[in-house]
Amino acid sequence: MKTRTAGRHFRDSLKSISRNGWMTFASVSAVTVTLLLVGVFVMIMMNLNKVADDLEKDVEIKVIVELTADEAAITALQDEIKNTSGVAEVQYSPKEDELNKLVLDFGEDLRLFEQQNPLHNVFYAKAANPQDTEKVAKRLDRLDNTFEVKYGEGKIEKLFSFLNTSRNVGLVLILALLFTAMFLISNTIRITIVARRRDIEIMKLVGATNWFIRIPFILEGMWLGILGAIIPITLVTTLYYNIHKVLAPKLAQGNLFELLDFSPFIYQVNALILLMGVLIGVWGSFMSVRKFLRV
Amino acid sequence: MIEMKNVYKKYPNGIVAANGIDIEIKQGEFVYVVGPSGAGKSTFIKMMYREERPTSGDIFINGTNLSSLKNNKVPYLRRQIGVVFQDFKLLPRLNVYENVAFALEVIEETPTVIRKKVMEVLELVGLKHKARMFPTELSGGEQQRVSIARSIVNTPKLVIADEPTGNLDPDTSWEIMNIFEEINARGTTIIMATHNREIVNTIRHRVIAVEGGLITRDEDKGEYGYEN
Ligand SMILES: Nc1ncnc2c1ncn2[C@@H]1O[C@H](COP(=O)(O)OP(=O)(O)O)[C@@H](O)[C@H]1O
Ligand SMILES: [Mg+2]
Repeated sequence: MKTRTAGRHFRDSLKSISRNGWMTFASVSAVTVTLLLVGVFVMIMMNLNKVADDLEKDVEIKVIVELTADEAAITALQDEIKNTSGVAEVQYSPKEDELNKLVLDFGEDLRLFEQQNPLHNVFYAKAANPQDTEKVAKRLDRLDNTFEVKYGEGKIEKLFSFLNTSRNVGLVLILALLFTAMFLISNTIRITIVARRRDIEIMKLVGATNWFIRIPFILEGMWLGILGAIIPITLVTTLYYNIHKVLAPKLAQGNLFELLDFSPFIYQVNALILLMGVLIGVWGSFMSVRKFLRV
Repeated sequence: MIEMKNVYKKYPNGIVAANGIDIEIKQGEFVYVVGPSGAGKSTFIKMMYREERPTSGDIFINGTNLSSLKNNKVPYLRRQIGVVFQDFKLLPRLNVYENVAFALEVIEETPTVIRKKVMEVLELVGLKHKARMFPTELSGGEQQRVSIARSIVNTPKLVIADEPTGNLDPDTSWEIMNIFEEINARGTTIIMATHNREIVNTIRHRVIAVEGGLITRDEDKGEYGYEN
């Protein structure tokens, strides 16, 4: 396409935006609401993922060794654990160490048991991929001389299933909203097309290509998408800036997990919002132009 | 230049508007298409620039077979054909100059070429002095002259006009006919559907009569042949 044609399309599309004031307003509002929710949702999900990642890294599998296992059996078990697929690392903690931990937690009274230590020797293993923790634990349970295998005590599974559920619910919600926004954009564009039906008819008669006819409408849809992205981008950025400012120092004290850094995260979210806006706009107008021109 | 072979057109509602048309029109000819309303004149014409597609049969324009012409090539076919309508089809928010220039902008001509060509055709149709006026400020005849200017600004080899004088008074119709004569004198093929008995009988050209989707008469320098 030639530059002057591009300029012409550009002007045409902007003119049309201002001419259809109310429809423009309606579809931009729909895009705004949609993108705002998309932005907030992405912000929350990405941070929850980060939290899950942080927590996951701490998930240990506790392999409690059979009381009857002798020194040789314990060494053999250590090798076996190490060689089990999916295991990243393994650490031995003899029953004396276990007792010391209890003493630390519950007080010197427990030293009583030092003569007749009732505890088991323990291995602490970590899965290479935290998501596989459950599978790896089951494998370890099958080894000889293991008394019991414990991990995460269900917290991790709960977190994962919570994350999955909220992700799915969020996605359905967002898809519905995207659809609504797209529908409104296509209607706005359709009104523009109806208003310009004569232009189109004449354009076709004098030999305009379909792309020549389509481009102004697609540009118009793109503007609607970009206009709809302005408020969400501003709000999401401000929101995250403030949340991060308040929460980040507190979480740093807790030392358990952290929020994603403001940069580059917020720029990625904003780019996503803008891209979604443009895509909804372009797609919405493409659909109505296609239906209308039957080309 | 135009050839139709056994062309048959049935609209979705079942009406047969072309029922086996065979015709050949040579470059530079001036052809009147006459016949009663609903005879199939417009359909006959529309199939030439692919506004309608025949149900069966072949149409050749300048050697191009329209049956096998891909949809995305239709614009290039239309750039070789100028079309004029009874209702002018001008854009009301563009002035005379812009209306004519529109046809060239759409095919991405350069501004210099556009200016030159538009002024030339406005001169030909005698509207150079009204270039800045809007369609609503013009008489019917003047509007039709603008629409003719637009149809020929891209120097097509073929101009198709569907009842171009249908909405005009007799005097104005004659002015319009003079312009078509002039265009034809330059070698452009003209195909004109018309109900204007006087014009057909005075400025004699080939006459093709269509009735019930069939060509019932085809004579050089023929007569209109119907009572108005
Ligand atoms: N788009 C269409 N759909 C259905 N029927 C049509 C259409 N266009 C024309 N017809 C029918 O086809 C016949 C021929 O129409 P037309 O070619 O317009 O005739 P004319 O121009 O000679 O008056 C008429 O009966 C008309 O009603
Ligand atoms: Mg007709």
